Amino acid sequence: MTDERPLIELERKIAGGDFQSAGDVSSELKRILQQVGFPPPFSRRVVIAAYEAEMNVVIHAWRGIFRAWIFPNRVHIEVDDEGPGIPDLELAFQEGYSTAPPHIREMGFGAGYGLSNMKKCSDRLEIDTRVGEGTKVIMDFFLNPS
Amino acid sequence: MEVFHSVFLDEEKCKGCTHCIRRCPTEAIRVKGGKARIDEERCTDCGECIRTCPNHAKYAQTDSLEALQEFRYTIALPAPAFYAQFKFTIPLGKVLNGLLRLGFNEVFEVARGAEILAAEIVRFLQRRDLVLPVISSACPAVVRLVEVKFPSLLDNLLPLDSPLGVAAKIARLGALKKGYRPEEVGVFFITPCPAKVTEARQSGKGLGRIDGAISMASIYARLVSELHLVEDIPDLQIAGFKGIGWARSGGEQESLGEGEYMAVDGIHNVISVFEKIEVGELKGVVYCEAQACVGGCVGGVLAVQNPFIAKVNVNHLMKKYSVFRPWSEEEMETWRRAGVFARERVYEAKEVMKLDRDFQKAMEKYQRIEHLLERLPGLDCGACGSPTCRALAEDVVQGKAEEIDCPFLLRDNMLELAKEIYALASKVPQTMSGKRREDIGGSNSGPCATS
Ligand code: SF4
Ligand code: SF4
Repeated sequence: MTDERPLIELERKIAGGDFQSAGDVSSELKRILQQVGFPPPFSRRVVIAAYEAEMNVVIHAWRGIFRAWIFPNRVHIEVDDEGPGIPDLELAFQEGYSTAPPHIREMGFGAGYGLSNMKKCSDRLEIDTRVGEGTKVIMDFFLNPS
Repeated sequence: MEVFHSVFLDEEKCKGCTHCIRRCPTEAIRVKGGKARIDEERCTDCGECIRTCPNHAKYAQTDSLEALQEFRYTIALPAPAFYAQFKFTIPLGKVLNGLLRLGFNEVFEVARGAEILAAEIVRFLQRRDLVLPVISSACPAVVRLVEVKFPSLLDNLLPLDSPLGVAAKIARLGALKKGYRPEEVGVFFITPCPAKVTEARQSGKGLGRIDGAISMASIYARLVSELHLVEDIPDLQIAGFKGIGWARSGGEQESLGEGEYMAVDGIHNVISVFEKIEVGELKGVVYCEAQACVGGCVGGVLAVQNPFIAKVNVNHLMKKYSVFRPWSEEEMETWRRAGVFARERVYEAKEVMKLDRDFQKAMEKYQRIEHLLERLPGLDCGACGSPTCRALAEDVVQGKAEEIDCPFLLRDNMLELAKEIYALASKVPQTMSGKRREDIGGSNSGPCATS
Protein backbone atom coordinates (compact mmCIF):
# COMPACT_ATOMS: atom_id res chain seq x y z
CA MET A 1 0.00 0.00 0.00
CA THR A 2 2.33 2.73 1.24
CA ASP A 3 5.32 2.85 3.49
CA GLU A 4 3.69 5.26 5.91
CA ARG A 5 2.43 3.34 8.92
CA PRO A 6 -1.24 3.41 9.82
CA LEU A 7 -1.92 4.42 13.38
CA ILE A 8 -4.94 2.25 13.80
CA GLU A 9 -5.83 -0.97 12.05
CA LEU A 10 -9.17 -2.65 12.25
CA GLU A 11 -9.96 -6.13 11.02
CA ARG A 12 -13.37 -7.71 11.44
CA LYS A 13 -15.18 -10.69 10.02
CA ILE A 14 -18.60 -10.24 8.49
CA ALA A 15 -21.04 -13.12 8.20
CA GLY A 16 -23.31 -13.22 5.17
CA GLY A 17 -26.99 -13.14 6.05
CA ASP A 18 -26.38 -11.99 9.59
CA PHE A 19 -28.75 -9.04 9.74
CA GLN A 20 -28.60 -8.96 13.52
CA SER A 21 -25.00 -7.79 13.57
CA ALA A 22 -25.21 -5.88 10.31
CA GLY A 23 -23.75 -2.42 10.77
CA ASP A 24 -21.62 -3.28 13.79
CA VAL A 25 -18.35 -2.88 11.96
CA SER A 26 -19.22 0.52 10.56
CA SER A 27 -20.41 1.61 14.02
CA GLU A 28 -17.08 0.63 15.46
CA LEU A 29 -15.29 2.50 12.72
CA LYS A 30 -17.47 5.51 13.37
CA ARG A 31 -16.57 5.50 17.04
CA ILE A 32 -12.88 5.37 16.23
CA LEU A 33 -13.08 8.24 13.76
CA GLN A 34 -15.08 10.31 16.22
CA GLN A 35 -12.78 9.62 19.15
CA VAL A 36 -9.68 10.31 17.18
CA GLY A 37 -11.18 13.58 16.08
CA PHE A 38 -11.73 13.47 12.33
CA PRO A 39 -14.08 16.27 11.26
CA PRO A 40 -17.70 15.07 11.39
CA PRO A 41 -18.41 15.53 7.65
CA PHE A 42 -15.35 13.44 6.76
CA SER A 43 -16.30 10.69 9.22
CA ARG A 44 -19.80 10.72 7.90
CA ARG A 45 -18.84 9.93 4.33
CA VAL A 46 -16.38 7.25 5.40
CA VAL A 47 -19.00 5.62 7.57
CA ILE A 48 -21.72 5.75 4.92
CA ALA A 49 -19.44 4.06 2.38
CA ALA A 50 -18.18 1.55 4.94
CA TYR A 51 -21.75 0.69 5.84
CA GLU A 52 -22.68 0.11 2.22
CA ALA A 53 -19.72 -2.18 1.78
CA GLU A 54 -20.51 -4.03 4.98
CA MET A 55 -24.16 -4.42 4.02
CA ASN A 56 -23.21 -5.74 0.60
CA VAL A 57 -21.44 -8.63 2.29
CA VAL A 58 -24.35 -9.27 4.63
CA ILE A 59 -26.88 -9.15 1.81
CA HIS A 60 -25.10 -10.97 -1.01
CA ALA A 61 -22.08 -12.86 0.15
CA TRP A 62 -21.38 -15.86 2.31
CA ARG A 63 -18.70 -14.27 4.37
CA GLY A 64 -16.25 -11.45 4.22
CA ILE A 65 -13.45 -9.60 5.91
CA PHE A 66 -13.52 -5.90 6.57
CA ARG A 67 -10.22 -4.11 7.02
CA ALA A 68 -9.62 -0.46 7.71
CA TRP A 69 -6.36 1.40 8.06
CA ILE A 70 -6.56 4.79 9.66
CA PHE A 71 -3.81 7.28 8.92
CA PRO A 72 -3.54 10.82 10.21
CA ASN A 73 -4.89 12.23 6.97
CA ARG A 74 -6.65 9.40 5.23
CA VAL A 75 -8.57 6.20 5.67
CA HIS A 76 -8.12 3.10 3.57
CA ILE A 77 -10.76 0.37 3.54
CA GLU A 78 -10.72 -3.08 1.96
CA VAL A 79 -13.64 -5.43 2.06
CA ASP A 80 -13.11 -8.91 0.71
CA ASP A 81 -15.93 -11.34 0.35
CA GLU A 82 -16.58 -14.86 -0.78
CA GLY A 83 -19.81 -14.73 -2.68
CA PRO A 84 -21.52 -14.69 -6.03
CA GLY A 85 -19.69 -11.62 -7.35
CA ILE A 86 -21.33 -8.89 -9.41
CA PRO A 87 -22.17 -10.00 -12.95
CA ASP A 88 -22.56 -6.61 -14.59
CA LEU A 89 -20.43 -4.09 -12.77
CA GLU A 90 -21.22 -1.21 -15.06
CA LEU A 91 -24.92 -1.67 -14.57
CA ALA A 92 -24.47 -2.01 -10.83
CA PHE A 93 -22.82 1.38 -10.71
CA GLN A 94 -25.86 3.16 -12.04
CA GLU A 95 -27.75 5.13 -9.50
CA GLY A 96 -30.97 3.48 -8.55
CA TYR A 97 -29.80 0.09 -9.68
CA SER A 98 -30.11 -2.40 -6.92
CA THR A 99 -27.67 -5.23 -6.58
CA ALA A 100 -29.91 -6.82 -4.01
CA PRO A 101 -32.08 -9.78 -4.92
CA PRO A 102 -35.81 -8.94 -5.05
CA HIS A 103 -36.73 -10.58 -1.75
CA ILE A 104 -34.16 -8.43 0.05
CA ARG A 105 -35.20 -5.30 -1.77
CA GLU A 106 -38.75 -5.84 -0.61
CA MET A 107 -37.48 -5.62 2.94
CA GLY A 108 -36.10 -2.19 2.26
CA PHE A 109 -32.44 -3.13 2.20
CA GLY A 110 -30.03 -2.39 -0.60
CA ALA A 111 -32.63 -0.34 -2.38
CA GLY A 112 -30.53 1.08 -5.12
CA TYR A 113 -27.70 3.06 -3.64
CA GLY A 114 -24.92 0.59 -3.03
CA LEU A 115 -22.07 1.15 -5.41
CA SER A 116 -22.94 4.58 -6.67
CA ASN A 117 -23.23 5.78 -3.10
CA MET A 118 -19.84 4.30 -2.24
CA LYS A 119 -18.40 6.08 -5.22
CA LYS A 120 -19.95 9.36 -4.17
CA CYS A 121 -18.63 9.13 -0.63
CA SER A 122 -15.11 7.93 -1.33
CA ASP A 123 -12.21 9.62 -3.08
CA ARG A 124 -11.11 6.44 -4.77
CA LEU A 125 -13.03 3.26 -5.34
CA GLU A 126 -11.84 0.07 -6.89
CA ILE A 127 -13.90 -3.05 -7.31
CA ASP A 128 -12.56 -6.39 -8.29
CA THR A 129 -15.24 -8.98 -8.75
CA ARG A 130 -15.29 -12.54 -9.99
CA VAL A 131 -18.59 -14.18 -10.66
CA GLY A 132 -19.02 -17.21 -8.47
CA GLU A 133 -16.01 -16.37 -6.34
CA GLY A 134 -16.35 -13.05 -4.67
CA THR A 135 -15.77 -9.34 -4.64
CA LYS A 136 -13.10 -7.06 -3.30
CA VAL A 137 -13.87 -3.43 -2.62
CA ILE A 138 -11.07 -0.96 -2.02
CA MET A 139 -11.78 2.58 -0.96
CA ASP A 140 -9.69 5.59 -0.03
CA PHE A 141 -10.75 8.72 1.74
CA PHE A 142 -8.47 11.72 1.93
CA LEU A 143 -8.85 14.36 4.55
CA ASN A 144 -7.66 17.12 2.22
CA PRO A 145 -8.18 15.76 -1.27
CA SER A 146 -5.27 16.97 -3.38
CA MET B 1 -18.11 28.42 27.75
CA GLU B 2 -20.55 28.10 30.59
CA VAL B 3 -22.24 24.77 30.86
CA PHE B 4 -25.78 24.77 32.18
CA HIS B 5 -27.66 21.75 33.17
CA SER B 6 -30.47 20.88 35.49
CA VAL B 7 -30.08 17.32 36.67
CA PHE B 8 -28.31 17.06 40.00
CA LEU B 9 -27.42 14.52 42.63
CA ASP B 10 -28.57 14.44 46.22
CA GLU B 11 -25.38 13.12 47.81
CA GLU B 12 -27.17 12.06 50.95
CA LYS B 13 -29.46 9.71 49.10
CA CYS B 14 -26.95 8.30 46.61
CA LYS B 15 -25.71 4.85 47.58
CA GLY B 16 -23.31 4.57 44.69
CA CYS B 17 -25.27 1.62 43.33
CA THR B 18 -24.31 2.21 39.65
CA HIS B 19 -27.84 1.79 38.27
CA CYS B 20 -27.72 5.18 36.64
CA ILE B 21 -24.33 4.92 34.96
CA ARG B 22 -25.49 2.26 32.56
CA ARG B 23 -28.73 3.94 31.57
CA CYS B 24 -27.15 7.27 30.72
CA PRO B 25 -27.18 7.67 26.92
CA THR B 26 -23.99 9.70 26.78
CA GLU B 27 -22.03 7.85 29.48
CA ALA B 28 -21.98 11.04 31.49
CA ILE B 29 -22.04 9.45 34.95
CA ARG B 30 -19.27 7.85 36.99
CA VAL B 31 -19.42 6.62 40.56
CA LYS B 32 -16.47 8.10 42.43
CA GLY B 33 -15.94 7.83 46.13
CA GLY B 34 -19.25 6.04 46.46
CA LYS B 35 -21.26 8.84 44.81
CA ALA B 36 -22.53 9.29 41.27
CA ARG B 37 -20.94 12.27 39.54
CA ILE B 38 -22.34 13.82 36.39
CA ASP B 39 -20.04 15.19 33.72
CA GLU B 40 -21.81 18.42 32.85
CA GLU B 41 -20.35 18.61 29.37
CA ARG B 42 -21.82 15.28 28.40
CA CYS B 43 -25.14 15.44 30.22
CA THR B 44 -28.14 15.98 27.96
CA ASP B 45 -30.58 16.49 30.84
CA CYS B 46 -32.65 13.67 29.41
CA GLY B 47 -33.69 12.55 32.87
CA GLU B 48 -32.97 8.84 32.36
CA CYS B 49 -30.93 8.77 35.56
CA ILE B 50 -33.78 10.33 37.51
CA ARG B 51 -36.04 7.58 36.21
CA THR B 52 -33.69 4.72 37.02
CA CYS B 53 -32.35 5.76 40.41
CA PRO B 54 -33.94 3.44 42.98
CA ASN B 55 -32.98 5.83 45.78
CA HIS B 56 -34.41 8.95 44.16
CA ALA B 57 -31.06 10.61 44.51
CA LYS B 58 -31.20 12.42 41.19
CA TYR B 59 -33.42 15.42 40.82
CA ALA B 60 -34.25 18.18 38.42
CA GLN B 61 -33.55 21.68 39.57
CA THR B 62 -36.55 23.90 38.89
CA ASP B 63 -37.79 27.29 39.99
CA SER B 64 -40.48 28.01 42.55
CA LEU B 65 -43.58 30.14 42.32
CA GLU B 66 -41.92 32.71 44.57
CA ALA B 67 -39.93 33.92 41.60
CA LEU B 68 -43.14 35.54 40.35
CA GLN B 69 -42.75 38.25 42.98
CA GLU B 70 -39.84 39.77 41.09
CA PHE B 71 -42.02 40.89 38.20
CA ARG B 72 -44.88 43.27 37.71
CA TYR B 73 -46.50 41.26 34.95
CA THR B 74 -46.17 37.49 34.83
CA ILE B 75 -47.08 35.08 32.08
CA ALA B 76 -47.46 31.32 32.50
CA LEU B 77 -46.52 29.14 29.55
CA PRO B 78 -48.04 25.70 30.19
CA ALA B 79 -46.49 22.83 28.22
CA PRO B 80 -49.00 20.89 26.11
CA ALA B 81 -48.26 17.89 28.31
CA PHE B 82 -49.55 19.84 31.30
CA TYR B 83 -53.12 19.54 30.01
CA ALA B 84 -52.77 15.77 29.87
CA GLN B 85 -52.11 15.59 33.61
CA PHE B 86 -55.76 16.30 34.28
CA LYS B 87 -58.67 14.10 33.41
CA PHE B 88 -59.88 15.08 29.97
CA THR B 89 -63.35 15.86 31.31
CA ILE B 90 -61.95 18.90 33.12
CA PRO B 91 -62.27 21.88 30.78
CA LEU B 92 -58.96 23.43 29.81
CA GLY B 93 -60.45 26.85 30.56
CA LYS B 94 -60.56 25.75 34.17
CA VAL B 95 -56.98 24.49 34.17
CA LEU B 96 -55.72 27.70 32.62
CA ASN B 97 -57.74 29.85 34.96
CA GLY B 98 -56.24 27.82 37.79
CA LEU B 99 -52.84 29.14 36.72
CA LEU B 100 -54.13 32.70 37.00
CA ARG B 101 -55.36 31.87 40.47
CA LEU B 102 -51.83 30.85 41.44
CA GLY B 103 -50.72 34.39 40.73
CA PHE B 104 -49.99 34.65 37.04
CA ASN B 105 -51.39 37.67 35.21
CA GLU B 106 -51.70 35.93 31.88
CA VAL B 107 -51.46 32.50 30.30
CA PHE B 108 -50.00 31.81 26.90
CA GLU B 109 -50.24 28.24 25.72
CA VAL B 110 -47.12 26.59 24.42
CA ALA B 111 -49.57 24.51 22.37
CA ARG B 112 -50.39 27.74 20.55
CA GLY B 113 -46.70 28.34 19.99
CA ALA B 114 -46.51 24.82 18.57
CA GLU B 115 -49.30 25.49 16.08
CA ILE B 116 -47.67 28.65 14.87
CA LEU B 117 -44.27 26.98 14.69
CA ALA B 118 -45.74 24.06 12.73
CA ALA B 119 -46.77 26.49 10.00
CA GLU B 120 -43.23 27.87 9.84
CA ILE B 121 -41.77 24.34 9.72
CA VAL B 122 -44.00 23.49 6.76
CA ARG B 123 -42.68 26.59 5.03
CA PHE B 124 -39.08 25.68 5.91
CA LEU B 125 -39.49 22.17 4.52
CA GLN B 126 -40.24 23.64 1.11
CA ARG B 127 -36.67 24.81 0.76
CA ARG B 128 -34.53 22.99 -1.76
CA ASP B 129 -31.25 22.98 0.12
CA LEU B 130 -32.36 20.79 3.01
CA VAL B 131 -30.12 18.19 4.59
CA LEU B 132 -32.51 15.28 4.99
CA PRO B 133 -34.06 14.14 7.14
CA VAL B 134 -34.62 17.38 9.01
CA ILE B 135 -34.50 16.55 12.71
CA SER B 136 -36.92 18.34 15.02
CA SER B 137 -35.38 20.76 17.50
CA ALA B 138 -38.33 20.73 19.90
CA CYS B 139 -36.81 18.41 22.49
CA PRO B 140 -33.72 20.03 24.01
CA ALA B 141 -32.38 16.69 25.22
CA VAL B 142 -32.35 15.46 21.64
CA VAL B 143 -30.64 18.63 20.42
CA ARG B 144 -28.01 18.15 23.07
CA LEU B 145 -27.68 14.48 22.14
CA VAL B 146 -26.85 15.49 18.57
CA GLU B 147 -24.30 18.03 19.79
CA VAL B 148 -22.62 15.53 22.09
CA LYS B 149 -22.93 12.22 20.30
CA PHE B 150 -23.93 12.85 16.68
CA PRO B 151 -21.99 15.92 15.54
CA SER B 152 -22.22 14.75 11.95
CA LEU B 153 -26.00 15.34 12.13
CA LEU B 154 -25.79 18.98 13.24
CA ASP B 155 -26.80 20.16 9.79
CA ASN B 156 -29.92 18.01 9.96
CA LEU B 157 -31.25 19.86 13.00
CA LEU B 158 -34.17 22.16 12.28
CA PRO B 159 -32.73 25.66 12.55
CA LEU B 160 -35.91 27.05 14.11
CA ASP B 161 -36.77 27.68 17.73
CA SER B 162 -38.83 25.27 19.83
CA PRO B 163 -42.55 25.73 20.57
CA LEU B 164 -41.49 27.02 23.98
CA GLY B 165 -39.17 29.62 22.47
CA VAL B 166 -41.81 30.71 19.99
CA ALA B 167 -44.49 30.97 22.67
CA ALA B 168 -42.19 32.89 25.02
CA LYS B 169 -41.37 35.45 22.37
CA ILE B 170 -44.93 35.98 21.18
CA ALA B 171 -46.12 36.26 24.78
CA ARG B 172 -43.45 38.81 25.61
CA LEU B 173 -44.17 40.82 22.48
CA GLY B 174 -47.80 40.99 23.62
CA ALA B 175 -46.87 42.23 27.08
CA LEU B 176 -44.54 44.88 25.68
CA LYS B 177 -47.35 46.01 23.44
CA LYS B 178 -49.50 46.46 26.51
CA GLY B 179 -46.94 48.96 27.72
CA TYR B 180 -44.84 46.95 30.17
CA ARG B 181 -41.12 47.47 30.18
CA PRO B 182 -39.01 44.40 29.34
CA GLU B 183 -37.67 44.01 32.88
CA GLU B 184 -41.20 44.10 34.31
CA VAL B 185 -42.34 41.06 32.38
CA GLY B 186 -41.69 37.61 33.82
CA VAL B 187 -42.24 34.64 31.52
CA PHE B 188 -42.48 31.25 33.24
CA PHE B 189 -42.63 27.83 31.69
CA ILE B 190 -44.57 25.01 33.34
CA THR B 191 -42.11 22.29 32.47
CA PRO B 192 -42.39 18.53 32.00
CA CYS B 193 -38.65 17.93 32.22
CA PRO B 194 -35.18 19.10 33.25
CA ALA B 195 -34.09 19.48 29.62
CA LYS B 196 -36.59 22.30 29.21
CA VAL B 197 -35.30 23.91 32.41
CA THR B 198 -31.91 24.04 30.77
CA GLU B 199 -33.44 25.46 27.60
CA ALA B 200 -35.05 28.18 29.73
CA ARG B 201 -31.71 28.94 31.40
CA GLN B 202 -30.07 29.27 28.02
CA SER B 203 -32.73 31.54 26.60
CA GLY B 204 -30.60 34.64 26.84
CA LYS B 205 -31.54 38.17 27.80
CA GLY B 206 -33.53 39.27 24.78
CA LEU B 207 -37.03 38.78 23.51
CA GLY B 208 -36.85 35.03 24.08
CA ARG B 209 -35.88 35.32 27.72
CA ILE B 210 -37.61 32.75 29.92
CA ASP B 211 -37.39 33.87 33.50
CA GLY B 212 -38.09 30.59 35.14
CA ALA B 213 -39.18 26.99 34.69
CA ILE B 214 -41.57 25.62 37.25
CA SER B 215 -42.12 21.91 37.57
CA MET B 216 -45.36 20.59 36.17
CA ALA B 217 -45.66 18.25 39.16
CA SER B 218 -45.45 21.08 41.69
CA ILE B 219 -48.07 23.16 39.90
CA TYR B 220 -50.28 20.12 39.59
CA ALA B 221 -50.02 19.53 43.32
CA ARG B 222 -51.04 23.13 43.97
CA LEU B 223 -53.95 23.05 41.56
CA VAL B 224 -55.51 19.67 41.96
CA SER B 225 -57.12 20.29 45.33
CA GLU B 226 -58.66 23.61 44.43
CA LEU B 227 -59.55 23.15 40.80
CA HIS B 228 -63.20 22.56 41.66
CA LEU B 229 -63.32 26.09 43.04
CA VAL B 230 -62.01 27.57 39.83
CA GLU B 231 -64.29 28.95 37.20
CA ASP B 232 -64.03 27.75 33.62
CA ILE B 233 -63.03 30.58 31.30
CA PRO B 234 -63.26 29.02 27.84
CA ASP B 235 -61.70 32.06 26.17
CA LEU B 236 -58.35 31.35 27.79
CA GLN B 237 -58.07 28.28 25.61
CA ILE B 238 -56.96 29.21 22.11
CA ALA B 239 -54.83 26.33 20.90
CA GLY B 240 -56.65 23.51 19.19
CA PHE B 241 -55.97 19.86 18.47
CA LYS B 242 -52.86 20.54 16.41
CA GLY B 243 -51.00 22.17 19.25
CA ILE B 244 -52.38 19.95 22.00
CA GLY B 245 -51.18 16.90 20.09
CA TRP B 246 -47.56 17.96 20.64
CA ALA B 247 -47.95 16.67 24.19
CA ARG B 248 -47.26 13.17 22.97
CA SER B 249 -45.10 11.46 20.42
CA GLY B 250 -46.45 11.77 16.88
CA GLY B 251 -48.28 15.04 17.52
CA GLU B 252 -45.62 17.14 15.94
CA GLN B 253 -45.52 15.29 12.65
CA GLU B 254 -49.33 15.16 12.54
CA SER B 255 -49.46 18.94 12.87
CA LEU B 256 -47.34 19.28 9.73
CA GLY B 257 -49.94 17.58 7.58
CA GLU B 258 -49.22 15.01 4.91
CA GLY B 259 -45.63 14.13 4.19
CA GLU B 260 -42.76 11.70 4.57
CA TYR B 261 -42.48 12.19 8.30
CA MET B 262 -41.59 9.90 11.14
CA ALA B 263 -41.63 10.04 14.91
CA VAL B 264 -39.34 8.32 17.41
CA ASP B 265 -39.54 8.53 21.19
CA GLY B 266 -37.35 7.36 24.05
CA ILE B 267 -33.72 8.45 24.01
CA HIS B 268 -32.30 5.00 23.38
CA ASN B 269 -34.64 4.57 20.42
CA VAL B 270 -33.65 8.00 19.19
CA ILE B 271 -30.02 6.91 19.29
CA SER B 272 -30.73 3.83 17.21
CA VAL B 273 -32.59 5.90 14.61
CA PHE B 274 -29.84 8.53 14.50
CA GLU B 275 -27.31 5.77 13.92
CA LYS B 276 -29.35 4.75 10.91
CA ILE B 277 -29.47 8.32 9.66
CA GLU B 278 -25.70 8.56 10.00
CA VAL B 279 -25.12 5.63 7.69
CA GLY B 280 -27.64 6.96 5.19
CA GLU B 281 -30.35 4.39 5.83
CA LEU B 282 -33.27 6.76 6.23
CA LYS B 283 -33.50 7.85 2.63
CA GLY B 284 -36.86 9.29 1.74
CA VAL B 285 -37.72 10.58 5.21
CA VAL B 286 -38.09 14.35 5.16
CA TYR B 287 -38.79 15.13 8.80
CA CYS B 288 -37.91 13.24 11.94
CA GLU B 289 -39.70 14.08 15.14
CA ALA B 290 -37.53 12.81 17.99
CA GLN B 291 -38.28 12.98 21.67
CA ALA B 292 -36.13 11.84 24.56
CA CYS B 293 -39.00 10.54 26.65
CA VAL B 294 -40.97 7.41 25.96
CA GLY B 295 -44.35 8.58 24.78
CA GLY B 296 -43.09 12.12 24.19
CA CYS B 297 -43.46 14.97 26.67
CA VAL B 298 -46.25 13.19 28.57
CA GLY B 299 -43.41 10.87 29.60
CA GLY B 300 -41.32 13.70 31.03
CA VAL B 301 -39.88 13.07 34.49
CA LEU B 302 -41.80 15.98 35.99
CA ALA B 303 -45.16 14.60 34.88
CA VAL B 304 -47.43 13.13 37.52
CA GLN B 305 -49.80 11.22 35.33
CA ASN B 306 -48.82 7.82 33.94
CA PRO B 307 -47.74 8.57 30.36
CA PHE B 308 -50.07 6.00 28.83
CA ILE B 309 -53.06 7.38 30.67
CA ALA B 310 -51.90 10.87 29.79
CA LYS B 311 -51.90 9.85 26.14
CA VAL B 312 -55.53 8.82 26.44
CA ASN B 313 -56.25 12.25 27.88
CA VAL B 314 -54.44 13.89 24.97
CA ASN B 315 -56.44 11.94 22.43
CA HIS B 316 -59.71 12.92 24.07
CA LEU B 317 -58.64 16.55 24.35
CA MET B 318 -57.74 16.58 20.68
CA LYS B 319 -61.27 15.52 19.83
CA LYS B 320 -62.82 17.89 22.30
CA TYR B 321 -60.84 20.86 21.02
CA SER B 322 -60.87 19.96 17.37
CA VAL B 323 -60.64 23.58 16.37
CA PHE B 324 -58.02 25.49 14.49
CA ARG B 325 -57.87 29.21 15.05
CA PRO B 326 -55.78 30.74 12.33
CA TRP B 327 -53.70 33.87 12.53
CA SER B 328 -53.01 36.34 9.78
CA GLU B 329 -50.09 36.29 7.39
CA GLU B 330 -49.30 39.82 8.61
CA GLU B 331 -48.92 38.57 12.16
CA MET B 332 -46.70 35.80 10.88
CA GLU B 333 -44.53 38.30 9.04
CA THR B 334 -44.27 40.51 12.14
CA TRP B 335 -43.21 37.52 14.20
CA ARG B 336 -40.69 36.50 11.61
CA ARG B 337 -39.18 39.95 11.54
CA ALA B 338 -39.08 40.12 15.32
CA GLY B 339 -37.04 36.90 15.30
CA VAL B 340 -39.69 34.75 16.91
CA PHE B 341 -38.60 31.67 14.96
CA ALA B 342 -34.86 32.24 15.15
CA ARG B 343 -32.91 30.14 17.58
CA GLU B 344 -31.17 31.94 20.40
CA ARG B 345 -28.30 29.54 20.46
CA VAL B 346 -26.50 28.09 17.46
CA TYR B 347 -25.92 24.37 17.36
CA GLU B 348 -22.36 23.36 18.06
CA ALA B 349 -20.47 20.11 18.24
CA LYS B 350 -19.50 19.47 21.83
CA GLU B 351 -16.62 17.23 20.84
CA VAL B 352 -16.56 15.57 24.23
CA MET B 353 -16.11 12.20 22.56
CA LYS B 354 -12.76 13.27 21.14
CA LEU B 355 -9.88 11.74 23.06
CA ASP B 356 -7.56 14.67 22.54
CA ARG B 357 -7.44 17.98 20.73
CA ASP B 358 -4.21 16.84 19.14
CA PHE B 359 -4.82 14.29 16.44
CA GLN B 360 -1.63 12.34 16.96
CA LYS B 361 -2.17 12.16 20.71
CA ALA B 362 -5.78 11.06 20.20
CA MET B 363 -4.58 8.18 18.03
CA GLU B 364 -2.04 7.15 20.64
CA LYS B 365 -4.67 7.28 23.33
CA TYR B 366 -6.93 5.14 21.22
CA GLN B 367 -4.25 2.50 20.96
CA ARG B 368 -3.62 2.56 24.67
CA ILE B 369 -7.36 2.11 25.26
CA GLU B 370 -7.39 -0.92 22.97
CA HIS B 371 -4.43 -2.44 24.79
CA LEU B 372 -5.96 -1.90 28.17
CA LEU B 373 -9.26 -3.34 26.95
CA GLU B 374 -7.52 -6.60 26.18
CA ARG B 375 -6.71 -6.93 29.85
CA LEU B 376 -10.10 -5.96 31.19
CA PRO B 377 -12.64 -8.76 31.68
CA GLY B 378 -15.28 -7.32 29.33
CA LEU B 379 -18.10 -7.88 31.79
CA ASP B 380 -19.22 -4.25 31.91
CA CYS B 381 -20.09 -4.90 35.53
CA GLY B 382 -19.85 -1.28 36.61
CA ALA B 383 -18.01 -2.07 39.84
CA CYS B 384 -15.23 0.32 38.83
CA GLY B 385 -17.72 3.18 38.66
CA SER B 386 -17.57 3.47 34.87
CA PRO B 387 -20.47 2.21 32.75
CA THR B 388 -18.45 -0.23 30.62
CA CYS B 389 -14.99 -1.72 30.46
CA ARG B 390 -14.32 0.51 27.46
CA ALA B 391 -15.41 3.57 29.39
CA LEU B 392 -13.02 2.62 32.19
CA ALA B 393 -10.20 2.16 29.70
CA GLU B 394 -10.97 5.62 28.32
CA ASP B 395 -11.06 7.10 31.80
CA VAL B 396 -7.72 5.53 32.66
CA VAL B 397 -6.09 6.85 29.52
CA GLN B 398 -7.60 10.27 30.19
CA GLY B 399 -6.17 10.19 33.70
CA LYS B 400 -9.58 10.15 35.33
CA ALA B 401 -9.40 6.65 36.76
CA GLU B 402 -6.89 3.97 37.62
CA GLU B 403 -6.51 0.49 36.27
CA ILE B 404 -6.98 -0.98 39.69
CA ASP B 405 -10.42 0.59 39.95
CA CYS B 406 -11.34 -2.63 38.16
CA PRO B 407 -11.70 -5.25 40.88
CA PHE B 408 -10.47 -7.93 38.51
CA LEU B 409 -7.29 -6.12 37.65
CA LEU B 410 -6.89 -5.29 41.30
CA ARG B 411 -7.16 -8.95 42.12
CA ASP B 412 -4.63 -9.82 39.42
CA ASN B 413 -2.30 -7.19 40.77
CA MET B 414 -2.72 -8.50 44.28
CA LEU B 415 -1.99 -11.98 43.11
CA GLU B 416 1.21 -10.77 41.50
CA LEU B 417 2.06 -8.89 44.63
CA ALA B 418 1.33 -11.90 46.79
CA LYS B 419 3.67 -13.93 44.65
CA GLU B 420 6.38 -11.35 45.08
CA ILE B 421 5.84 -11.21 48.80
CA TYR B 422 5.94 -14.94 48.95
CA ALA B 423 9.14 -14.98 46.97
CA LEU B 424 10.67 -12.30 49.12
CA ALA B 425 9.65 -14.03 52.27
CA SER B 426 11.33 -17.16 51.05
CA LYS B 427 14.64 -15.35 50.98
CA VAL B 428 16.57 -15.77 54.14
CA PRO B 429 19.09 -13.20 55.35
CA GLN B 430 22.66 -14.20 54.62
CA THR B 431 23.44 -14.45 58.30
CA MET B 432 20.62 -16.87 58.81
CA SER B 433 21.47 -19.01 55.87
CA GLY B 434 20.51 -22.59 56.40
CA LYS B 435 18.28 -21.84 59.36
CA ARG B 436 14.51 -21.93 59.77
CA ARG B 437 13.74 -21.63 56.11
CA GLU B 438 10.65 -23.76 56.43
CA ASP B 439 9.46 -21.81 59.43
CA ILE B 440 8.78 -18.77 57.35
CA GLY B 441 6.97 -20.74 54.71
CA GLY B 442 9.72 -20.86 52.18
CA SER B 443 10.37 -24.21 50.66
CA ASN B 444 12.10 -24.92 47.45
CA SER B 445 9.08 -26.76 46.18
CA GLY B 446 6.80 -23.75 46.61
CA PRO B 447 5.20 -21.98 43.67
CA CYS B 448 7.76 -19.20 43.67
CA ALA B 449 10.83 -21.31 43.98
CA THR B 450 12.33 -19.84 40.86
CA SER B 451 13.25 -16.58 42.46
S1 SF4 C 1 -29.82 13.47 32.66
FE1 SF4 C 1 -29.47 11.95 31.04
S2 SF4 C 1 -27.55 12.55 30.09
FE2 SF4 C 1 -27.67 13.62 32.07
S3 SF4 C 1 -26.55 12.30 33.47
FE3 SF4 C 1 -28.74 11.76 33.61
S4 SF4 C 1 -28.97 10.07 32.16
FE4 SF4 C 1 -27.03 11.07 31.66
S1 SF4 D 1 -39.50 14.58 25.22
FE1 SF4 D 1 -40.42 16.41 26.08
S2 SF4 D 1 -40.44 16.03 28.26
FE2 SF4 D 1 -38.96 14.60 27.40
S3 SF4 D 1 -36.97 15.62 27.51
FE3 SF4 D 1 -37.82 16.08 25.50
S4 SF4 D 1 -38.90 18.02 25.75
FE4 SF4 D 1 -38.57 17.19 27.80
